Amino acid sequence: MGRFSPRSLLLGLAAPLGALAFAVLVCAVILGVTGHSPLDTVDAMVSAAQRPRTFVNSLNSATTYYLAAVAVAIGFKMKLFNIGVDGQYRLAAMLSAALAGATFMEGLPSFLRVALTVVAAMLVGAGWAGVAALLKVTRGVSEVISTIMLNAIATYLVSYLLNPARLAEDRPGSNNVGTRPIDGGGQVAGLEIPGSSSQLFGLVFLAALVGFGYWFVLARTRFGFELKATGLSESAAVASGVSVKKMVLVSMLLSGAVAGLVGMPQLLGSSYSYSLDFPPGIGFIGIAVALLGRNHPVGMALAALLWGFLDNSSNSLDVAGVPREIVGIMQGVIVLSVVVAYELVRRYRVRAEQRDVGTALGRTKTAEEASA
Amino acid sequence: MTAGSSTGARHASPVRRARKIAPWVYFLIAVAAVLVLSAVRVLAGATDLTSSGTVQAALTAAVPLAMAALAGMWAERGGVVNIGLEGMMVLGTFGAGYAGYQWGPWAAVAFGLLLGVVGGLLHAVATVSFGVDHIISGVAINLLAPGAALFLSKLYFADAPGGGQKQSPRIADAPKVTVPGLSDVLGTVEGKHWFFVSDVAGVLRGLVTEVSLLTVLAALLIVWSGWVLWRTPFGLRLRSCGEAPTAAESLGVNVYRYKYLAVIASGGFAGLGGAFLAVSSGQFRDGQTGGRGFIGLAAMIFGNWRPGGLATGATLFGYTDALALRGSAAVHALLLLLGIALVVVAVVQYRSGHHVLSAVAAALGVLFGYWYFASDEVPAELVGAAPYVVTLLVLGLASQRLRPPRMAGEPYRKGQGK
Repeated sequence: MGRFSPRSLLLGLAAPLGALAFAVLVCAVILGVTGHSPLDTVDAMVSAAQRPRTFVNSLNSATTYYLAAVAVAIGFKMKLFNIGVDGQYRLAAMLSAALAGATFMEGLPSFLRVALTVVAAMLVGAGWAGVAALLKVTRGVSEVISTIMLNAIATYLVSYLLNPARLAEDRPGSNNVGTRPIDGGGQVAGLEIPGSSSQLFGLVFLAALVGFGYWFVLARTRFGFELKATGLSESAAVASGVSVKKMVLVSMLLSGAVAGLVGMPQLLGSSYSYSLDFPPGIGFIGIAVALLGRNHPVGMALAALLWGFLDNSSNSLDVAGVPREIVGIMQGVIVLSVVVAYELVRRYRVRAEQRDVGTALGRTKTAEEASA
Repeated sequence: MTAGSSTGARHASPVRRARKIAPWVYFLIAVAAVLVLSAVRVLAGATDLTSSGTVQAALTAAVPLAMAALAGMWAERGGVVNIGLEGMMVLGTFGAGYAGYQWGPWAAVAFGLLLGVVGGLLHAVATVSFGVDHIISGVAINLLAPGAALFLSKLYFADAPGGGQKQSPRIADAPKVTVPGLSDVLGTVEGKHWFFVSDVAGVLRGLVTEVSLLTVLAALLIVWSGWVLWRTPFGLRLRSCGEAPTAAESLGVNVYRYKYLAVIASGGFAGLGGAFLAVSSGQFRDGQTGGRGFIGLAAMIFGNWRPGGLATGATLFGYTDALALRGSAAVHALLLLLGIALVVVAVVQYRSGHHVLSAVAAALGVLFGYWYFASDEVPAELVGAAPYVVTLLVLGLASQRLRPPRMAGEPYRKGQGK
C-alpha cells in the first residue's frame, strides 16, 4: 500500500469533512429548534466570506491559531499534552510586551528590537513549559496536570504584574491597564490588502516559517525521527538508544518556545501593548486546530483558516439576528466529532488492511476474523 | 443484591493497606493544625484566621470545589480521566439558573445535576464507546459547554425579568440551618480571643451557624460516595475498571457499563457543583465557574483520589478563597502557614529517606517563611494562585505517596486486553 493510494487519501479526507458536515447538521438542527433560520445563517456567513475585510481578519486570526497549533502538535507528536500553551503564550506576550515597550529599547535599531522581543517571548514560553518538563522528568508528574496548574498560576501572575505599580500603566479615559505601548521602531509593519481597511499581520511570514521548520525538523532530521519514534513506541525508542527523558525535556521546551510566539503577531502587528483585553484562550484553540489538522503542517494551516473564518464571521451573524454563540457550539462539535471520526476511520483502516493482507495471502478473512 | 453486598464487601476489604492510619491520629493532626493556626493567629494578629465568619465563607467556597473533586474521583476510579469537569460545571450553572429562577433552589439543583449528566454522557460516548483520548474529549467539552451555555442564556434569560444576555434572574437561596443555643455559646467563647480555646470555638461556630442545606447535602454525598465505592460490590467492580479493566472483564464485569456509569455520575456531580455555585451566589452568570473545575481536579489529586482526602483538599482551597475575601492580614499569615507545612513535609521526607526532596521542601519552606517576615502583605492578585501552587508542590514533593487508579486515562476495548 503506497502512502498516497486513492483509498488512503479518501480516508484521510473523510474524517475532517465528515466531522464538518456533522457539525453543520447539528448546528442547523439547533438553529431550527430555537426558531432561527439555518439558511439565513449560511447566507450571512457566505456574504461575510466575500468581504476582503473578513478575509484579512480571518488570515490574521489564523496566523495566531496556527502558531498555537504547531506548539501543541510538537507535544502531540511525542504523546505529550501541552495543555499549557495557553499560560505560556500569555505570560510570554506580557513579559515581552513589557520589554519591547521599555524606554531603553527605543535607541536600538528596529530589527534588533523586534528580534529581542521575539526571542524573549520564546524564552519565557520555553521557561514556563520547562517547569512542567522538569516536574515530569524528575518526579514523573503528568504534564497534563502540571500544565493545567501552570496555566492558572500564569493567569494570576499576569494579573499581578499587569498593575500600574509594576509593569503596566493606566490607560487614560478607560479602566484598562496595559504595558507601555511599543513605539513605531519596535512594531512590525502590516501588509496593505486592496479593498480592506485592516492590514495583514507582517508576522504571517513568521508563522509560515515556523510551519516549515516544524515540517523540516520532523520529516528531515534525526531529532524529528527520534521524536516521532518516542511518540509511537517508547520502548522501541529506548531500545534504539533514545533518551526519553531528554526527548521529553527538549520537545516540551520547543513546544513552549513556539507557544511564546503565539502572542507576537497580535502584539507587534496590532495591539502594540499587552493589556487586559489581549485575546485569551488561544492555547485551547491551538489544541482544536492541531486535532482538526492532524498535526500536519498543511492540515493545521487549513484548520487554522477555518477557525479564523468561523470566528470572524460571527460578527455578521449578529446582524442577521442569529446569536453568534452558535459559532462556539459549532467549533466544539467539530472538535468532538472530528476525533470520533478519526477513531472510526482508524478502525476501518485496520480492518481494511487486515482484509488486504488476507487477500494477498490467498484467502479472504471474514469480518469477524479480521476484527479479532 | 443487598444480601450479597455485605458479604461481598467483607471479602473485598481484608486487603490490608501498608499503612492504615487510625482515627485518633487524624484527630491529633486536626488538633495540631488548630494549635498551629492559633499560634499563627496570635503571632500575626490575624483574627480572621479562625473566625466563624471565615469558616462559613470557606465552607461555601469549598462545596462546589468538593463536588468537582468528587466528580473527578468517580470518573478516574472508573478509569476515565475527566478534564471536562469545568465544562460540565458550566452546564450545571446554566441548568440551575434556568430552573432556579422559575421553580426555586431545589429545582435548580435537580436541573443542574441533569445538565451535568448530559455533559457526562457526551464524555462517556466519546471516550468509552468511541475510544477517543480522554484529555481530548475533555478539552472539547470545555470548549463546547461555555458556548452552549451562553447561546442558551441569550435565548432564555435576555427577555426574562431581571435577567440579561449573560446572566439569569435571581435564584432564591437554599434554606440555612443553625444549631440553636450552641451557636451563641460558642460565639461568646470566640469573642474572648483566648489562645486555642477561642480558635476551636470559632471553627466550631462556623460549622454550626447558618449552614446551607446544600452544604449538608454535599457532605452527605461525599460520605455516600465513599461508602458506595469502597463498601459495596458495585463500587469494587467500578474501581476494578479503573485499576485493571481486562482483569475485571475476565471476571465477567461489563466494563463498558461501569465506565459509563462512572462518567455519568461524574457529570452529575460536576453539574451539582455548578448548581451549588449558582444557587449560593444567587444567579447564573457567564464565566461564573472561573476555573473551579480545575481546582476540583487539583483537590482530587491533593486528596489522593479518596473522598476524605479530596474533602480536605477542597476545604483547604476554599479556606484560602475565604481568606482572600477577608483581607490582607489573614492572607499574609497564609505564607507562614505554607512555610510551616513545607517544613513538616521536609521532616517527613527526611525520615523516609528522601534527602533531596527533603532539602528542596525545606528550602522552599524557609523561602516562604522569609517572604512572610520580609514583607507586610501579599498582593491580592497572587492569593488565587495558592491552590495551584500547593497542588504543584504536593505533586513535586510528595508524589510517591499518591496512588492514582492504575489505568485511569488508558484506552480500553473489550476483548483486546493483553
